[in-house]
Amino acid sequence: MALRSPALGAFMVKELRHILRDRQTLLVLLLLPLAMVVLFGYALRSEVNDVRVVFVDPAPDAATAALRARFAGNGRFRIVAVAATTAAVEPLFRRGAADVAVIVEPGFAGRLAEGTPARLLLVGDASDPNTGSTIQAYSRAVVAAYQAELGAAGPGARVELMTRMRFNPRLESANLFVPGLVALVLTLVTALMTAISLSREKERGTLEVLLVSPLRPWQIVLGKVLPYLLLAFANVVTALLAAWLVFRVPFRGSVALLLFASLLYAMVGLALGVLIAAATDSQRAAMIGAMAGTMLPTVMLSGMIFPIASLPGWLQPVTYVVPARWFIVVSRGIMLKGVGVEYLWPSLLVLVTMLAVLLVAAIRRFKARLA
Amino acid sequence: MRALRFLLRKEFLQIFRDRTILGMLFVMPAVQLLVLANAASFEVKSARLYVVDQDRTTASRGVVDRLAASGRFVPTAASPSLARADDAMLAREADAILVVPAGFERDLARDGRAPVQLILDAEDGAAAGVMQSYAARILAGYSAELGTRLHPALASVGARAEPPPRRGRAVIEVRQRGWYNAELEYRDYMVPGILVVLVTMIGTLLTAMNIVREKEAGTLDQLNVTPVSRGTFIAAKLIPLWSLALLDLALGLALAHFAFGVPVRGSLAVVFLAAAVYLVGALGIGLWVSAIVETQQQAMFVTFSIMMVYLLMSGIFTPVRAMPTWAQWVAQASPVMHFAQLMRAVLLKGAGLADVARQLAMLALIGTAVLTLAVRQYRKRTA
Repeated sequence: MALRSPALGAFMVKELRHILRDRQTLLVLLLLPLAMVVLFGYALRSEVNDVRVVFVDPAPDAATAALRARFAGNGRFRIVAVAATTAAVEPLFRRGAADVAVIVEPGFAGRLAEGTPARLLLVGDASDPNTGSTIQAYSRAVVAAYQAELGAAGPGARVELMTRMRFNPRLESANLFVPGLVALVLTLVTALMTAISLSREKERGTLEVLLVSPLRPWQIVLGKVLPYLLLAFANVVTALLAAWLVFRVPFRGSVALLLFASLLYAMVGLALGVLIAAATDSQRAAMIGAMAGTMLPTVMLSGMIFPIASLPGWLQPVTYVVPARWFIVVSRGIMLKGVGVEYLWPSLLVLVTMLAVLLVAAIRRFKARLA
Repeated sequence: MRALRFLLRKEFLQIFRDRTILGMLFVMPAVQLLVLANAASFEVKSARLYVVDQDRTTASRGVVDRLAASGRFVPTAASPSLARADDAMLAREADAILVVPAGFERDLARDGRAPVQLILDAEDGAAAGVMQSYAARILAGYSAELGTRLHPALASVGARAEPPPRRGRAVIEVRQRGWYNAELEYRDYMVPGILVVLVTMIGTLLTAMNIVREKEAGTLDQLNVTPVSRGTFIAAKLIPLWSLALLDLALGLALAHFAFGVPVRGSLAVVFLAAAVYLVGALGIGLWVSAIVETQQQAMFVTFSIMMVYLLMSGIFTPVRAMPTWAQWVAQASPVMHFAQLMRAVLLKGAGLADVARQLAMLALIGTAVLTLAVRQYRKRTA
């Protein structure tokens, strides 16, 4: 035992040196989370604030001019073309030069004056369904405001919907993405890096050398894995600091609990990485395995970007085995909702169970190779 | 030329011998389309609704019924206590809370308007936004229905004498139509984008890994001392992956069209022409990465981060025009954005060559620039 511990220590130092010597990877690993925080915080929004309108007005009159002025005056809209026929709309849509067409019928002002319904057709480019329907709703609102100005409020009862966005009233995108981003960064550093680094030793044959050394298999795995755990932790702290300093992402709950959960999740990732490395023979295979087995589910099936509720019924149970799903529940819960263990224990328990299962599997797999 | 032929043969042999690569080439399109086409959606199918009905009248039950009948909301629990509802939301047992205040029906009959409150768990902002628009649409429908139903009742209640609706009031009748995707099928929009992700991953990542692998194994040095010119070597490396990526696109398109019913409205020739041009840039990036790194691990991380930024800013997941102006300019330099726009325009809108000329020109420009840069970088390193 006395001999083993210094050997383990020396082995870890060697691994750490390997990581620190590879400046390129290190730089990428440290910069990537920051770049993503900035991207998610500044660049990625789904709210469209510059709607390009084609105004189709076969017979311009006072009313259509007023309606056009309404669109032009609204900060959200920009009139890119005024046409006399609807034939002009299609080419603009195809080129992606316009988002919505407002088509008014001839004699608009006259019809309004005499009280016969003046018809107006809104044609939206709905190839992107979400943006398309949002834009149509905005356009309708402009027309409705104009109509209200004309003194033509519709009769009847109105159930007014007042919505409150709990936990993130302004739907700040940084608040939504940062908790998921932590999961992504952790997966990247732990699962992907470990899988590749271990399979690299395998590919080069240096793992065999290690296996005949006085180090026990679990010590080799531990020595391989711990430096990455440190790195992952440094990454999480930088990403969170950036999110907090630049975007004022709230930390409503306990930071200590968040760090503990990150640690737990990082260990799950590491175990997965070891398992993938043990199951594959080349770096390339390990990489593909890690991408398909960890990165893809983390991005697509964890609720990080796409809501789990949007998944089809058969796919929803699949998300239960994705560790990131549970971690994101925890990180969002802590950061946005400010809840503690009393609400989060089921997810934490799932993560602990996953860790136990994966660890046993990884060590078994590793040992089997040795025998 | 003879050398190129032999090298090409060697590359193809190597690729077809490697089971992992073959698996990646043929299984990945299927898996990606199957999972991503279903997952990449912002549509919310059944949000769990906690009902806090403090009014308990026909009108308030009508609100709940309409929400439930839409299928978008599933009332899972009800109680008059807001505190208990809030607790359910904290415990993730409810996605939305509907609060109908006491006096809802009375106000509706008296004033013609009454509020209800919808509290959404905005922890998941995308889902919350979608739920809000669903609820707004459903309640607008309910209001219209109530308007026709409540008005006779209004007179009998006699709460307030409403002036009879004047004739000859200005009325604008608005109709709306969504072109290209009238059913608002999110999948139709996402699949062309996913195909772009697919060919990008295959093109860029495999190129980078493939060359660095020879570097790591030391066989690159061996090749460098043969009479094979660098141009020939690079061509021999790029052509197989270029054609495989095109093959993969064809497979993916066939699957998307026949299995998922994604429309192909424009010309496939335009799609493949654009893909051929786009892949020059995508492979060029892989080549450039392979020139600056030493190990496969580095290759994968550098490629991965470049692709991550490119893909996220490409407009595949969030609209480019929603980004701030500086980011839109940055996105212009991304071949992924132009290719994704082009794919969507051709497949969904049936755009022709003339409509997408700008994107095609940008792809050619970026492709040339990237490939030149990469080849230069390559020469410098190995000279």
